[in-house]
Amino acid sequence: MIANYGYKDGSGEFFISIDTDKCNGCGDCVPVCPSGVFEIRDNDFDPLADDPMAAVTEAHRKRIKYSCSVCKPDSNYSSLPCTSACPTAAISHSW
Amino acid sequence: MSKEFWRWKEYNWVNENMDWRTGDIITAGVDVGSVSSQAVILVDGELYAYSSMRTGSDSPKSSTNAMNWALEKTGMTLNDVQYVVGTGYGRVNVPFANKTITEIACHARGANKMYGSTVRTILDMGGQDCKAIRVDEKGKVTNFLMNDKCAAGTGRGMEVFADLLSVPIEEIGDLSFQVEEEPPPVSSTCVVFAKTEATGLLREGWPKNKVIAAYCSAMAHRVVTLLERIGVESDFVITGGIAKNRGVVNRLSKEIGVETLKNDYDSQIAGALGAGLFAKALVEKERK
Repeated sequence: MIANYGYKDGSGEFFISIDTDKCNGCGDCVPVCPSGVFEIRDNDFDPLADDPMAAVTEAHRKRIKYSCSVCKPDSNYSSLPCTSACPTAAISHSW
Repeated sequence: MSKEFWRWKEYNWVNENMDWRTGDIITAGVDVGSVSSQAVILVDGELYAYSSMRTGSDSPKSSTNAMNWALEKTGMTLNDVQYVVGTGYGRVNVPFANKTITEIACHARGANKMYGSTVRTILDMGGQDCKAIRVDEKGKVTNFLMNDKCAAGTGRGMEVFADLLSVPIEEIGDLSFQVEEEPPPVSSTCVVFAKTEATGLLREGWPKNKVIAAYCSAMAHRVVTLLERIGVESDFVITGGIAKNRGVVNRLSKEIGVETLKNDYDSQIAGALGAGLFAKALVEKERK
């Protein structure tokens, strides 16, 4: 499953997508993010599954553009701490 | 007191042809949304009773009221319900819930039950957010997107608009087609700005229906841009309160070129129905 966390507003589309089929719940993305955007939690979207997965915390979903500005002040930064830390390449950014 | 045009009808329903006493697993789902709350009671996974009412400022009370109203005509009490799943915006405030599950999973599951296994794309146009969900044949989420950052394109926006134009909210859809020609959409879907713009149009002498059409059209367009991110694969369905407003639904279908599936189920109970189905699955899981 692709989980898109973020929003679209007048200034653009700001989504972090996590491919839960790739995510193994290792949690490597959690400590590397300077804004603390990620957390490991139960799979909210499949209540009958038991595997935990990475997700963007509720608090960051509505301001992700600003949360991520620490690492990328502008769009299209290819190398980011979160994407680099993820061993399965499950994380991507839309901007 | 002046008339409140935004007030939509609250209701409850029970399937008179079913006897819950013969059922094995009785579960309930309660969906406490930002604008409306629904409670659904299922007997062995089949829809038995439900209620839909406005969410008050007190979420725990709203969930209890909705549940009690669903139970009202059934002759059962809350003790007869084996498992309750809470969902929706206010899901953490359902005091009698055994578990809470996100509304995304519940809407997907509910829509799968309501419209069948051929459903691949669900758009939930709720009270204060929009959710676009892609699902597989089992109703499992494969891709989703939620926008709850602003009230544009939501039920709350429509309520504000109904009040502004003094038109009962349930009539907006039909009235929006009673225009000589389709006007361009209002340029802003932001509820506050759209309200200002509509006031300006009325002052210019636009008939009410034309302003309504322009707003419905803007709302449809704004949601389409959200849908584009996850893509639309048919069968496509719309759930939530706005699904009952053909002024938005028809314009949306036209813009994306995909018709929506429709049936007799109440589009607002999708979340609660899904929650009730998960409750049944959880009971079965525990029994194993």
